[in-house]
Amino acid sequence: MSVAGIIFTTLHHGGVSEIMGRSVAAVPFMCRYRLVDFPLSNMVNSNITNVALIANNNYHSLIEHIGSGKDWDLARRSGGLTILPPYSNAHINNSRLVNPRLAELKNVYESLDFKEDYVVLADCDMVSNMDYNAIVNEHISSGADITIGVRELYVTPEIGKHNVVYEIDDNCRITDISVSPTNITGRKYVGMNVTVMKTDYLRTVIADSIAHNYDSFSLDVIARNLDRRNYKVYKYDGFVFDITNFDEYYAASMDMINNSEHRNAIFNVANNPILTRVRNSPPTRYVNGSKVVNSLVADGCEIEGTVENSILFRGVKVGKNTVVKNSILFKDVYTGENVVLNCVVADKNVVIRDNKVLSGHETMPFYIPRDKMI
Amino acid sequence: MLKKKETVAMLLAGGQGSRLYTLTEGIAKPAVLFGGKYRIIDFPLSNCINSGIDTVGVLTQYQPLVLNEYIGNGQPWDLDRANGGVTVLPPYQANKKADWYKGTANAIYQNLNFIARYDPDYVVILSGDHIYKMDYNKMLEFHKQKGADATIAVLEVSLEEASRFGIMNTDDDNRIYEFEEKPPKPKSTKASMGIYIFSKEKLFKYLIEDEADPNSSNDFGKNIIPAMLAAGEKMYAYPFSGYWKDVGTLSSLWEANMDLIGENPVFDLKDNKNRIFSRNNAQPPQYIGPDAKVVNAIITEGCEIYGIVENSVLFNSVKVARGAYIKDSVIMNNVEIGEGAQINYSIIDSDTKIGAGASVGCDKENAKDVTVIGSGIELKAGTVIKAGEMVNAAYIENLK
Repeated sequence: MSVAGIIFTTLHHGGVSEIMGRSVAAVPFMCRYRLVDFPLSNMVNSNITNVALIANNNYHSLIEHIGSGKDWDLARRSGGLTILPPYSNAHINNSRLVNPRLAELKNVYESLDFKEDYVVLADCDMVSNMDYNAIVNEHISSGADITIGVRELYVTPEIGKHNVVYEIDDNCRITDISVSPTNITGRKYVGMNVTVMKTDYLRTVIADSIAHNYDSFSLDVIARNLDRRNYKVYKYDGFVFDITNFDEYYAASMDMINNSEHRNAIFNVANNPILTRVRNSPPTRYVNGSKVVNSLVADGCEIEGTVENSILFRGVKVGKNTVVKNSILFKDVYTGENVVLNCVVADKNVVIRDNKVLSGHETMPFYIPRDKMI
Repeated sequence: MLKKKETVAMLLAGGQGSRLYTLTEGIAKPAVLFGGKYRIIDFPLSNCINSGIDTVGVLTQYQPLVLNEYIGNGQPWDLDRANGGVTVLPPYQANKKADWYKGTANAIYQNLNFIARYDPDYVVILSGDHIYKMDYNKMLEFHKQKGADATIAVLEVSLEEASRFGIMNTDDDNRIYEFEEKPPKPKSTKASMGIYIFSKEKLFKYLIEDEADPNSSNDFGKNIIPAMLAAGEKMYAYPFSGYWKDVGTLSSLWEANMDLIGENPVFDLKDNKNRIFSRNNAQPPQYIGPDAKVVNAIITEGCEIYGIVENSVLFNSVKVARGAYIKDSVIMNNVEIGEGAQINYSIIDSDTKIGAGASVGCDKENAKDVTVIGSGIELKAGTVIKAGEMVNAAYIENLK
């Protein structure tokens, strides 16, 4: 049995990526990672070493992050990592900014030449440390045509809005599917955007979708074929962060600081390290007079002030008598002296000059776009 | 056919580093950990790539396993090249004889065929014992400008220190007229840094002559340099200013680590142009706990700090439990320090476990020497290790 991987990097939910002006895959998370690192590491850790990243637009920062793929051990002679931008010619023009998954697959149909028997498809908005072999094995032994990873959640209209909810029978076979339901409340199985099928079946699905002009995987493939085909779910009970909007992004970041159990469930799983681009920053320097408590800090920082309940990415400078609380400072953010930050998310290269006081609120963090000087 | 290279660097990395005692029991000196995430060899290797030298031979001999594995294909330093790159050169068995590397000059002599394959104009000889950042290209420019046969990098040291070094006596134009190895009464203060650039033809000539001399100890400092001077070759001293430290002893290794901390560190590693590269795996970020206190320290990814860390260097994935107190110490990677343990003026090697309430070393003011705990040692809860002790497996055996 051999397995290939497909990662969707540019799906948009009208959330965190719009605010930060990046594809979901390239959204920075937890001091040094980008969201694509999670599905990509999961694939590598599950011995899936032929991985295609489907890119749609604004993928330069993704390409910069991924490089040849060597930091994930995916710079391979055979297989390894491929970035698939949309294919277009005079007859096909798919320059829509936002595409559903199936539309993205149609765009790259010509370039998908996997020799592997099975394929795992994953999104970047689920932060997890998941063994994809488990879902693949389940898929094979159950004889399903498609297996979709789900987790049990208490669904409210608010949660339903950006999720897919599945009804299943005793054999985990999908009996109904609701996309973005606002009328469902209660414990339900919610999709986590990890899907397994035979590579041949995926080809059939895409070809059929091209023929019928289908665009939505959930509505056009799953919903239309429920009765005829054997579509199943795989119940995952590990820890998952769902990052689809800015509030969730901020909440997940704060949870990473405060909940060591959650942190360990993602970052300290034996033999399953989360890999990312290695940048060789020197260790972080804490000088006399600095005070850091309950915070996550990347390498390459210089800390002279106070940092509490915060996340510092690489190369952040916290100046003298500056206080950073409940904040997330991206790569190379510079704060001068006597600055006060509370509930601030500062994107990369932001400079905050001496004596500035900035505050958002826990329920509405203040976001500063990249390269701004305040 | 390999493409010609203007410059090939040869890095002497076979040293045992016996004065680092237990730290080099299982690894060669250039593989000794330094500065939170580096090994000593990262400095010359990174200097090479930052100076545009992409062909490096690394000569290994003593305990080469860790070093060989670490260098690997050279990828962390961008030295995985289709033409050139890094090549590990261990001693080998030849048609007529097989020899260990007898001295620094002999080590290079045995690999003249490696150098010849790239047909370089210049050969840079480096050692894997020093911590410094240097642009070898500037030194090469100097070498070319002077039309030198050999150029030796020198550092101004104090007159008192001078008698510990090889001293170059030069004229006003930096031309060397005399070389004195550890002179009791030094005439100048230009200390050799162990960095040489030779024009290839001269290097080959003198190495071949030296090898033919059965009385030679086959050493650059003792034999090659004096022989070239005696023959009147054009030898120049290249003045280097900047941080340079020989980390051959426990106290100098400790000091060099401490040079990295503080508001304006003596040696600042943060420099995006001339980055020091190292082989490291992606570790999760460092976590500083709610009751932790970190003062004047450098800390690396993967660490979890719940106790107090003061004036110290912590490598990756060090766990410091609540109530533990670390002062004036170097803690290498994957060390676990139990609750309430005290570490003072010590070097703790990697993969060590310090039990709860254990006490290692004492205040720097009252300690004669730095205390050292060797790699992989497990100290039981409450163990007391006196200042200046050197704890290895044999030491633990005696405790029982």
